Amino acid sequence: MFSSAIIVFREVLEAALVITIVLAATQGVLKRHLWISGGVAAGLAGAVLIANLAEQVSMAFEGTGQELFNAAILFSAVAMLAWHNMWMSRHAKTLVAHLKQVGSSVSSGELPMYFLSTAVGLAVLREGSEVVLFMHGIAAGGSDNGSLFTGGLLGLAAGCAMGALLYFGLLRIPTGQLFRITGWLILFLAAGMAASAAGYLVQAGVIAGSKPLWNSSGLLSQHSVAGQILHVLIGYQDRPTAVHLSFYLATLVLIGAGMQLSKKKEPAQA
Amino acid sequence: MIRGLMTAAILTLAATASNAMAEVKEFKIVIKDHMFEPAKLVVPAGEKVKLLVINQDATPEEFESYDLYREKVVAGNSQIVIFLDPMDPGEYSYFGEFHEATAQGKIIAQ
Repeated sequence: MFSSAIIVFREVLEAALVITIVLAATQGVLKRHLWISGGVAAGLAGAVLIANLAEQVSMAFEGTGQELFNAAILFSAVAMLAWHNMWMSRHAKTLVAHLKQVGSSVSSGELPMYFLSTAVGLAVLREGSEVVLFMHGIAAGGSDNGSLFTGGLLGLAAGCAMGALLYFGLLRIPTGQLFRITGWLILFLAAGMAASAAGYLVQAGVIAGSKPLWNSSGLLSQHSVAGQILHVLIGYQDRPTAVHLSFYLATLVLIGAGMQLSKKKEPAQA
Repeated sequence: MIRGLMTAAILTLAATASNAMAEVKEFKIVIKDHMFEPAKLVVPAGEKVKLLVINQDATPEEFESYDLYREKVVAGNSQIVIFLDPMDPGEYSYFGEFHEATAQGKIIAQ
């Protein structure tokens, strides 16, 4: 039971943290729950579909379909997050001014939700398809599947609880600073995703791999709970290669530059 | 549009990859009753290796290795391909994440 809880927890955690950050980043947007739950629902539907197509996906592109699929999803999510951050750096000031008026909220027209809604859907799709496959395997056979299933539910609950913890932490940030902090969170989240995507391209044999630059698994294993959370939030890897690191840094620099450029274009106003 | 570009880029990359795959040595690992066979696989060190993982169980498995930085789901009664980068001589462990108690294996590069 415990092992299945851990497996599901690991898969759920990434999606839960992405949803959390998106929820925090859209404080005060009207109907944001509809957008976000829409993203989650679409992601779940996609996850079930992909889990059923697992074999076909896997054998596509001479057996590297799964990696290319994962990389494509991750890069698309990075693009969505980048877009959101650039949009926010141009409009954050007006938004904050608006939100600071008591009881005021902004419409989803003022803060476009589709980038983040898509990013949420993609995160759920990627992690969800593995959970569906795993749970389906449990349902398909084995003597002990009742307790394995309970374990899976426990893992799901634990993953959501971690998300909730982070969310209520983020809610304590005053409105004026909130968007700046969620902007940083999204920036590092995106960089970590780009590094993971690059890892899949290496695994598919598309990019030549190399030996890890260092091994800090003794210090903090990427597969411990703390390591896993850091992996999602800032892209921590205990055995990164030059490919991982260069995609990570390039994404940080590119999105950072994009945010800087969007800011300068803002018309002068209070 | 970005996504269209991305798909195009990935397709191009995939085409390049399939050309590069030509001379890589291939090794087979079979999953049966949630165990790997052979449990110890010897591969040449210092060159890229192609693993064919064949799952003969009806249940899915996830081939995962922290040492080799690889993770990939294998559906029930199907197979996957995994490429391994050139390795230093030594032992590298891997396991089946969905049945970790029994699904344990090692790759020995020499």
